[in-house]
Amino acid sequence: MNFNIDFLAWKKLALITSGVLILVSLTSLIVKELNYGLDFTGGTLVELSYPNGAEINQIRETLRSSGFEGAQVANFGTNQEVLIKLPGTISDSLGSDIVSVLKQANLNQEIDLRRIEYVGPQIGSELRDDGGTAMLIALAFMMLYIAFRFQSMFAGAAVIALIHDVIIVLGIFSLLEIDFDLTVLAALLAVIGYSLNDTIVVSDRIRENLRADEDNDTYQVINNSLNQTLGRTLITSLTTLLVLFSLYFLGGEIIKNFALALIFGVIIGTYSSIYIAANALIIMGVSKDHFKVEEPENSDTNSLP
Amino acid sequence: MKRYGLWKYILILIVLSFGVIYSLPNLYSPDPAVQISYISSSQSADINLRDRITKALDESSLSPLVELNKDYALIRLNSYEDQLKVKDLLSSSLGPDVIIALNLATTTPQWLADIGAEPMKLGLDLRGGVHFLMQVDTEAAIKNRQNGTLQDLRRRLREEKIRYTNSFVDDDLSILLRFNDVSAKEKADSFISENYQQFAGSPSADSETSLSLVLAQAEVEQIESDAIDQNLTTLRNRVNELGVSEPIVQRQGKKRIVVQLPGIQDTAEAKKILGKTATLEFHLEAQLDTPRTRKSSYSFKGNPGSVASLQNAVILGGDQVATAQASFDENGLPQVNITLDGEGGSRMHRATRGNIGKRLGVLFVEQKTRTVYEKDSDGNLVPSQEIYEIKEIISLATIRAALGTTFRITGLDSPSESSELALLLRAGALAAPMRFVEERTVGPSMGADNIEAGVFSMGLGMALVLLFILFYYRVFGVAASLALTFNVILLVAIMSILSATLTLPGIAGIVLTVGMAVDANVLIFSRVREELKRGRKPLDAIDAGYNRAFLTIWDANITTLIVAVILLSYGSGPIKGFATTLSIGIITSMFTAIMGTRAFVNLIYGSKKNLQRLSI
Repeated sequence: MNFNIDFLAWKKLALITSGVLILVSLTSLIVKELNYGLDFTGGTLVELSYPNGAEINQIRETLRSSGFEGAQVANFGTNQEVLIKLPGTISDSLGSDIVSVLKQANLNQEIDLRRIEYVGPQIGSELRDDGGTAMLIALAFMMLYIAFRFQSMFAGAAVIALIHDVIIVLGIFSLLEIDFDLTVLAALLAVIGYSLNDTIVVSDRIRENLRADEDNDTYQVINNSLNQTLGRTLITSLTTLLVLFSLYFLGGEIIKNFALALIFGVIIGTYSSIYIAANALIIMGVSKDHFKVEEPENSDTNSLP
Repeated sequence: MKRYGLWKYILILIVLSFGVIYSLPNLYSPDPAVQISYISSSQSADINLRDRITKALDESSLSPLVELNKDYALIRLNSYEDQLKVKDLLSSSLGPDVIIALNLATTTPQWLADIGAEPMKLGLDLRGGVHFLMQVDTEAAIKNRQNGTLQDLRRRLREEKIRYTNSFVDDDLSILLRFNDVSAKEKADSFISENYQQFAGSPSADSETSLSLVLAQAEVEQIESDAIDQNLTTLRNRVNELGVSEPIVQRQGKKRIVVQLPGIQDTAEAKKILGKTATLEFHLEAQLDTPRTRKSSYSFKGNPGSVASLQNAVILGGDQVATAQASFDENGLPQVNITLDGEGGSRMHRATRGNIGKRLGVLFVEQKTRTVYEKDSDGNLVPSQEIYEIKEIISLATIRAALGTTFRITGLDSPSESSELALLLRAGALAAPMRFVEERTVGPSMGADNIEAGVFSMGLGMALVLLFILFYYRVFGVAASLALTFNVILLVAIMSILSATLTLPGIAGIVLTVGMAVDANVLIFSRVREELKRGRKPLDAIDAGYNRAFLTIWDANITTLIVAVILLSYGSGPIKGFATTLSIGIITSMFTAIMGTRAFVNLIYGSKKNLQRLSI
């Protein structure tokens, strides 16, 4: 693939687009908040399967008359599967109580227990804190690594791109009211890894060209680098997306949100590694002078494999 | 183009054959099986047991083979329905001296098992089962210890003729002693500092005539860790009694215990047994002259109206029980036959010898949780769980002769209560009560669906990626496809060797690794194409492509590896499963995508000195 696109000419448009996306995301995160799943709120969740199809209204009625106030009942995936959620964390036996009540009310068909989850109150908040800590530590370590391997300016650009990606993915989850649970958190951390991967490949090429290219100015060198890596960026994103879409459509209900978070993350991460990281470098004032004194690291004399 | 050293080919061959062999056992799917063993661990499975099983199964239409292993007898079955049928049949016809458990028996061929090759473990989300996280209430253990110390302290203060007016364990878990005058207090103070080392600093006083004894931090930590250790042991015993194969009982963090029971469906029953803190205490009946501070009244179990008064001193508790067996007395009422250990026997003998004609009370002690509502700082009612204790008398009988090590307990409501009590006494008591803070149950149908969906989506995702790169990179695409397949084989082999657990998020991690492993090859191949375009000769272009792409790949993978390792150390449950496959996958993919493809490309093109075109 041969590209000759003046990416940096779209700097303004990119900055405006990202600005708007981040603003919308932050607003949604503040106003609507994240739709925390059971893992983080605590509570009880029961999934049942009715082979002859589930009568949602009848189930609601049975639960209400048996004293399970506030139970949310909804179909899950197919019309045979039912998901029942109870926000309270009053008792750890609510789940099995619900199952036995419903089994008694439906003697004419065999109800299959798919899963019960109960998360106590302090576990929920702990998981949330631990998740947040893990994310911050991951960010810090990666920044250190990039600063060590590249240069502080690249670390800054990479982290700006990362924060950009994470905020927008979180914003999308908040806006679409998709459950944010532990697996989505894992996906988010994978997005960080993926987006960074992209940014590093691009930065690596920019650095190499800044050292080697004698003829062009910094602006042109960065543009060339983006064009040179564009083919690779698109192909990698495409293959990853192929896999993710197969997970999304066929991996089962539990994996769905995980795959969705990654799909958004990969798309946004690809965009940010092209537009955000590069522009951040320019805004921070990277120039060829930064690289003249150093010994080239990435040269042909390197004979590893 | 540089020569590709022979040792590299050999290394790749070795790794490849190693990967194939150790991932092989995963192709043999396990048989549903039923496992039978004796309750007493000293008794190994024998021909006697096999005959009983064969006889029990004779009446059914099933006549499966009974295998005898060292510790258990095993019956392999064709379907999960047969498995349940056999279990139910055996539970009702074999005696109470055996444990019957559902199991998945491996079908790994012997030669593979001999070299230590075993299939990966499947997580509960893939095979069905229950996961419990329990919080140990260590405060209760500390309170117990302080109460024990207080009893001892009272006796010794009396021996020293130091008079105190009041003594109790306070809400903040310190022992509080009150005295009539300052001199008594000072005498007690110096006696305690000399004889009791477990308290922090010197006994502090909150008034002129009282002492407050606070446990030292080191002592508190010791009690906490002892309590958790004892709870772990007790839980392991109870889990064994439940009849679960391959259970996991592990400490997690400072005050928590994880219990995983594969294959268990009846979570209510499992919870009842695991969380229960029922035990027995033996007390003498209080006499008229027993001081008020040293006796308490309890109601009778099943008859709350009638009350009796027992001395506070405990003759012995459930931890001195060596064995306990549920049975029926001559009137057909449930009873528990108890054998005490040596120390318990002599204690019981000493206590009853001098009290013939008096009555001995057996207290049934049970700890339960209830929800209480407290106002938080915003004035909202927040539920929190509180543990409380119920003590009821199950028997109060006149001592006719000095008791020894064996006797029986009657007065229980039902056979199920007697067998539960027997189980709890056998398994040992919990040192501190526990409550369930997390529970995840996965039904067997869900597990099967998850495996199917996981494997199918993985297969399809991989097929799509392989097709794409074959089409896009042709001969080099073949190299990359082989490397990808090799990568998955290697990943599975390493997971199997580490006996790591594969979960659904773990499958997602593999799928993601597949997607991202392509990246390394894409980086290399697009570099090779670039170099060709710049006019380099094909073989030089290959060299340059691999060399220039290497550091980029390295940096990109290391950063992802950093994320994976942090997830591995901080994450729990689903996150851990995902991080395990992701981190192993990153490492194997670096090997296969760089070394593997290079070897293949060199095999094809390396010998052609005058190569004009590359199929890339």
